[in-house]
This record gives sequence, structure tokens and C-alpha cells, in this order.
Amino acid sequence: MSDVRQSASPASSSPSSDRVAPRRTGGFDLGHILLEGRAFFALIAIIVIFAMLSPVYFSTANFLTMSSHVAIFGLLSIGMLLVILTGGIDLSVGSTMGLAGVMAGFLMQGVSVDAFGVTLYPPVWAVVVLTCVLGAFVGMINGVLVSIFRVPAFVATLGTLYVARGAALLMTDGLTYNNLSGNPELGNTGFDWLGFNRLFNVPVGVLIFAAVAIVCMFALNRTPFGRWVYATGGNARAAELSGVPVKRVQIWVYVLSGVCAAIAGLVLSSQLTSAGPTAGTTYELTAIAGVVIGGAALTGGRGNVRGTLLGAFVIGFLSDGLVIIGVSSYWQTVFMGAVIVLAVLLNSIQYKPRKKRTASTENQKASSPSGPA
Amino acid sequence: MSSANSVMDRSTISGSKTGDVVLSARNVAKSFGSVHALKSVNFDIRRGQVTTLFGENGAGKSTLMKILSGVMQPSAGEIVLDGESVRFSSTVDAQRHGISIIHQELSLAPNMNVRDNIFMGRELGGPGGVDYAGEARETERLMAELDEPIDPMTLVEDLRLGQQQIVEIARALSVNSRILIMDEPTSALSASEVEVLFRVIEDLKSRGVSIVYISHHLEEALTITDHAVVLRDGAMTAWAERREIDLEWIVRHMVGENFDLGSPPTGYEMGEVALSFDNISVADVAVPERSVVDRLSLAVRAGEIVCIYGLMGAGRTELLECAAGRVPASDGRIMLEGEDISGLSIAERIERGLVLVPEDRQRDGLVQTMAVGENLSLASIGAFTRGFLTSRAREQNVIEDSIRNVHIKTDGGAAGIGSLSGGNQQKVVIGKMLATRPRVVILDEPSRGIDIGAKAEVFRLLAEGASKGLAVIYSTSEVGECLSVAHRIVVMSRGRISAEFGADVSREEIMAASGESVAG
Ligand SMILES: Nc1ncnc2c1ncn2[C@@H]1O[C@H](COP(=O)(O)OP(=O)(O)OP(=O)(O)O)[C@@H](O)[C@H]1O
Ligand SMILES: [Mg+2]
Repeated sequence: MSDVRQSASPASSSPSSDRVAPRRTGGFDLGHILLEGRAFFALIAIIVIFAMLSPVYFSTANFLTMSSHVAIFGLLSIGMLLVILTGGIDLSVGSTMGLAGVMAGFLMQGVSVDAFGVTLYPPVWAVVVLTCVLGAFVGMINGVLVSIFRVPAFVATLGTLYVARGAALLMTDGLTYNNLSGNPELGNTGFDWLGFNRLFNVPVGVLIFAAVAIVCMFALNRTPFGRWVYATGGNARAAELSGVPVKRVQIWVYVLSGVCAAIAGLVLSSQLTSAGPTAGTTYELTAIAGVVIGGAALTGGRGNVRGTLLGAFVIGFLSDGLVIIGVSSYWQTVFMGAVIVLAVLLNSIQYKPRKKRTASTENQKASSPSGPA
Repeated sequence: MSSANSVMDRSTISGSKTGDVVLSARNVAKSFGSVHALKSVNFDIRRGQVTTLFGENGAGKSTLMKILSGVMQPSAGEIVLDGESVRFSSTVDAQRHGISIIHQELSLAPNMNVRDNIFMGRELGGPGGVDYAGEARETERLMAELDEPIDPMTLVEDLRLGQQQIVEIARALSVNSRILIMDEPTSALSASEVEVLFRVIEDLKSRGVSIVYISHHLEEALTITDHAVVLRDGAMTAWAERREIDLEWIVRHMVGENFDLGSPPTGYEMGEVALSFDNISVADVAVPERSVVDRLSLAVRAGEIVCIYGLMGAGRTELLECAAGRVPASDGRIMLEGEDISGLSIAERIERGLVLVPEDRQRDGLVQTMAVGENLSLASIGAFTRGFLTSRAREQNVIEDSIRNVHIKTDGGAAGIGSLSGGNQQKVVIGKMLATRPRVVILDEPSRGIDIGAKAEVFRLLAEGASKGLAVIYSTSEVGECLSVAHRIVVMSRGRISAEFGADVSREEIMAASGESVAG
């Protein structure tokens, strides 16, 4: 009574033997590789093009200089990546960075304690620690607003953007601390070490950037915290029901972003040997751009440190290159904007495979989500 | 758009007669990379009749339906509509040809109300822009037809899963198509809601609408179908008319042997009370004065499997979510192994061995951006972490064990969640929670969308766990499931326990106690 039209015989194999399909043997697909590694290829293209246009561009000295520029907003980008991975956004990092610089400048000038009539000159390490604590504090405010009071991240951090900037202006009355080198008699010299010195011929700022990046990479790939960050951004409800402490994770990523901003502020004011209250204005946007060019999705759950590093270098090497070959700053702005839009365009191709893409590319994509850095 | 709908009203349909093939797939194949989801399938849809598609999870049912409704294009083969080869470039295109689909996974916008969801993309025009009043009237009419009094202005996210499914059905009905594809439309519906849907289907049939029906509730599907088609591993293995077949035929062709869902495990002593609810009340989210769970008490012992049966809206989900820590109790205590856990977080409860398999896999179960493996290991990260670092190798073991235990058909742990069939996604949610090695497991409608073989496997896992001291609370709206797994059956109605039975109860007794016959 059954009419078996097709050749396959239903009774020939046991019900479960063929349920688990064999692992894919790994395909090679040029289009996919180009898309996956687009930030990397963009960086190579930038280097090649500028090296042809300017003889000074392709030199170790220039790369190191450019890298120390990259380090500043690269640090912001890494903190931003953590926040974006959870599905949030941190608009306050530029202001936090400015506030951190001012805080460092303020501490370097000495803190007068009126009650005892003395002025305290904290040593540089204490200045660094206190500044990072300040960054963490600003981040914590963001985190608490977002996770506990459920203020949308955009609004909450927009608020702190203004507050932190205002606080920096208030602290200095709008002026800039110009002398950060300290005084040997007071035992607080050495602040310029962060921005000027080199270890193994590499600027300290770049080394700090690298260290932060490596720590983050480890945290995201090899610790429960990293998994929690991805899960929170992918589906917070499901994550919570799987035992992920979603609220704590949200607070922590903003705290870490704040600390990254503070470190960036320290490095910048050390490089400049001055701390102005307007330092870092609009850097939050550069930081976001770095994360996006690096392939992260603003909706959360996708992205990695490797991509973000590439994104930061693309922005830094591009803008410095444009300066070196003497393109007007107006055109620089136009170029930056175009690159960002192009990057986001490619992101949407990567994450929303619909028509136009072959089935095989679609499948490749499915097997490489958030992925290790 | 609305004008396009009226084109294929009765006049167009009446050209052919009942039983004629209206739409068919000819040698259709579909591959996703190295995965061959469909291998040269022939499939016919007949005018004014119901064709049911049976098959295991991952057999290719949804894929075939997506191809017939324009969601995706076949890798090979053709689609023939009224004798002519056609190509649907999109769902809109297919809709214009009179074909619409109710997807297995809900595709509603949760932030919009019922009315706007139903008319999304096909808004009725009026003198002042959109004719909202007309849309609302039409929505009310559809809801009345489906016997579900949902206010058109309710936000979809405020509806329970079953109601969302009804909205999804209403949306497909509102299109007035002549071919309606239903991919597991009843997975979250209660028995009485299914009955209403079947009445609607009969009515559609009499108007000449052709229907494709997919369901893992085999008996239920048999009552409505005219033709049965079985898919297995992407190929059609059998076809028959309704009067020639029975349940056994379907199961045999689906999985290759006959399946018995088994009976509750016996032959061991039950332990102490593992989880107990002590006068628990849970407030309604929308109306805090009202209680959806009303001073309910229940104790489950180690080694015991308790089924909670009840209609949708009886308060089962709220009770279970309260136990897991997702929603707070407004009154009462929950004790886990003699300890009050009311104040503990979800994570702390999981650590103590109390886990919940949630009802809505898309919203509460899966992290869509993560791979299958990462989803499976998400709840048991602690098990493969030493110090600060996770161990890749140990995680891989957890993942592979889960894939094997619940029989997930996947291309490996690195495959994306979206590449799994609906039932296999459900198995990931179950596998994830079982991987935590719980002492008390709560499953809220876990059999949604899983095939009969997988269901038997889950039951076997639960029975095996129970014989080693696992306490199981299993919520379902299928009486058959209660009878084949539970030591004790608790019927819930309006937030309270309305009856309690042992394993030897009959179907009818359970249904009567739930208020099924009088449910409106
Ligand atoms: N986008 C995709 N990428 C890769 N593989 C896919 C994709 N979609 C489906 N598949 C694979 O195709 C096969 C058939 O899937 P399909 O969703 O059609 O199954 P199904 O019969 O509907 O199962 P269920 O009863 O679980 O809903 C599965 O093995 C699935 O993993
Ligand atoms: Mg399916």
C-alpha cells in the first residue's frame, strides 16, 4: 500500500546512524576569504598605495610614529569593542579620556589638603592608578545606568559624554595643564615615560596598546567572561536563562571601556606633555569606526579583537597617510567617512546572506560566527 | 498589494476541480555547501485538499516549503504552477501567485501590535493614509474565526507563544491565497486551539484552497490530511492517500522502524523531596493584582517524573519560570532540597542543579550569533574552566556528548545555529540544559517541533536520569506525552492544581480535569 517512488529504501539504515552528519572537510572560497579578511586587505592596500605616493611613508620610523597615533584610539576601540559585543555602545569614551588627562594633570600639579595646610605630590604610579580608577568609575556609572536602570546605552553614555566633558572643563576652568614633567625634588617625575620612551625601540604607548589587546583577546576567547560577553550581545534573555550574569557582564564591559579610555588619556597627555580639557573630542566616533571596520556588528554578539586592531590601524594609517601626502584636511574627512560606510556595507553583506550569494558562501558564513580572534 | 489579493479570489480557483495538481516540485534539489538538504524531490499539491509532509528533524521539510513559497531558490529542478514552470524571486512574488506560508519559526515583529503585524507590508489604503479602522475590523473578524479573543491593539510581545502562533496563522489567512503552506502551525497550540484551526482548514478546503501541512503531532495530522508524503534525508520515500495508511505506516517510513514512546521508568526507590513549591503565587505582568499562579503547592521527589498538563494560559510557564528565577514569586516559597531558594539568581540556581528548558527557543533558548557548540556549552562553562581559563578540549567533549545524547543533526559544533532545522534547534536547547548535569530539570513544552524518534530519545534520557535520582518536571499540552513518561500527572487550570493522577490514568480523565471540554 505504500508507494515508494524514490530509490532510497527507508528500512536499510538504523534511525540514528546517519543523523549526525560528518564534519565538513573545509572548503576554499576566494570571495569568502576576501570578505572575511577585508580589513586586512584594506590595510595592505593602504600601505602599498601610500608607499608608492610618498617615499617617507614606508619606513620603520614612520610606522612607529603612526602606531603611536593608532595606540590612542586603538585603546578606545578595544574598550568599545567589549561594549559593542554586548549590544551596547559607549559614547562617553572621548570625554572620559579628556577627563582622565585632566585628572592626571591635576594630580601632577599637587593636591593641596587645606585641613593640614600641605600640598601632596603623588608619585606617578599613584597618578596612573587614580586616573584608571576615575575611568572605571565613569564606566561604572554607564554600566549601572544601562544594566540596572535600563536606560538605553546610547542615551546613558551620551549623558556621561557631556557630564565628563563638563567636569574636565570645570576642573581646569577651561585651561590646559602644561607642565606634566613633575619635579625631581617632589619625587613625581617620569610621567612622560608613557608617551616618549621606548622599550626595544617601540614606543611605550604602542606596547601598552598591544598588552591591552592581548589581554582582551585572551579574555574574550579563553575565559567564561568572554563567552558571557558574546552571549549577552547575541541574546540576553537566553544568556540569562543559561546562567550568564548578564547585568554584571554589562557593568563590567563599561567599566573596562572606561579604564581603556583612562589609559588612552594618560598616554595622550604624556605624548603631548600637556592635558587639556577638550582632548579626545569626537574620539568616541573614531573608536566606533575602528570597531565597525573590524567587522563587529553594532547589534552585538559578533566581532573580535583581531578585527578591531585591523580597523584601528586602517583608520590610523589612512589618516596619517593622507596627511603625509598632503591631502587637504577636508578631503581627509571625506575619505574617512567613505571608508566607514564601505565597511558597514560589507558587514551587512557578511551577516545577512540573502540572494546574490552562492549557497556555498552562505554555508561558510554559517560556520564562522563570532569566532576566535 | 491588496488588489493583487483579490485577483485570485474564487473566480480564479474554480477553473480546476478538487484533486487536480495545482503546484508541484519537479526534481527539486537544494544544497547548502556540502549539506544536501533536498535531493531531487517530486512533490504535488492538490486543489482543495490537505497534503501532509512527514519526516524526521532535518529531513528537508521546511527547506522544500521555503522553495515552494519563494523564500529560497532551488539548486536544481523546477516548480510547476497550473502546468507552467514558474520561478518565484521572493515571497512577495509567490504571494502574487497565490501562495503563502506560515513559517515554523514565528516571523512577527514583537514591538508592533497584532493589527499592524497582520497587515505588515500590505496595509489597506484609506482616504487619510492607512485605513486603521478597517484593518482593525478585519483583524477582529480573523480572530473571531480562529476563536481567539485577542485585541487587535495588543503588542505581539505581550502575547504568549500560542497566541503569537495564532496571529501568524491569521496573517496567512488574511492574504486569501489559494495555496497555504503551514509549517508546524500547531506546535504551541493547545488541543482546543488545534480543533479550531482544523475547522478553519476544513472551511478553506471547501473553498478550494490547497493546503500543505507539516507537523510532528502525527495523530493530529492524520485527522486532517488527505495525502501523506514522507521525506527522509532529503528524498521522498513514500506517498499515499489517507485511507491507505495509519500511524504505524508513517513512523515506519519516517524512521525506518516502529517507535514506542515507552512508559515511565520503574524498578527503583524514589528519594527525598527535591523541589517543592510552597503556596506559590505569581502576579500577572500586565495586571499585578491578578495572580497567574495562585497559591500553588507541589513537591517533586528525586527520581520522580511529574508532568504538568494544562491548557495554554493555565499558568504553567509562569510557574516554571518562577522556579528557575526568571520571574519573582509574589508570595510563597520554593525549596530546593530543603533550602529556600527564593532569593537566588538564575545562575545560582543552575549551580545548585536546578535548570529550566524554556518554552520559546528563539527568544529564550538560543543565542543566534553563536555556533551550535557554543550554545550547547553555554550553561556549563564552569565544567570546563580551570582558574580563569576555559579548556578547548574539555569543552569539545561537552559539545560532542550533547550532540550525541540528544541526536542533533548538524555539520559539527562549529555550524551556525541558523543552519539547523527547527527540531534540531530545539534539541540544542534541551541538550544545553542537560549538559549541566542537573539534579532537578524543568522542561517547558520541550517536544515543540522534535520528531518522534528524538522525543523517544529525550524521554529515555529523562527516564535514565530519573533512575539515578534526577527530579523531572515536564510541562506539556499533549496528553500522550504525559502518559508515556510521567509517574504523576498534575493538571493545572487557572493558576491552580485542579487534579492529580497516577500513571494509570486515562486520557479522558486528564482532559476533563483541565477544563478542556468547556474551554472557550
Ligand atoms: N541555511 C542553511 N545552511 C546550512 N544547512 C541548512 C540550512 N538550512 C537548512 N539546512 C540543513 O538542511 C537540512 C534540512 O533542514 P529543514 O529545516 O528543511 O528540516 P525539517 O525537515 O524542516 O526539520 P524539522 O522537523 O526539524 O523542522 C538540515 O540538515 C539542515 O541542517
Ligand atoms: Mg522545519
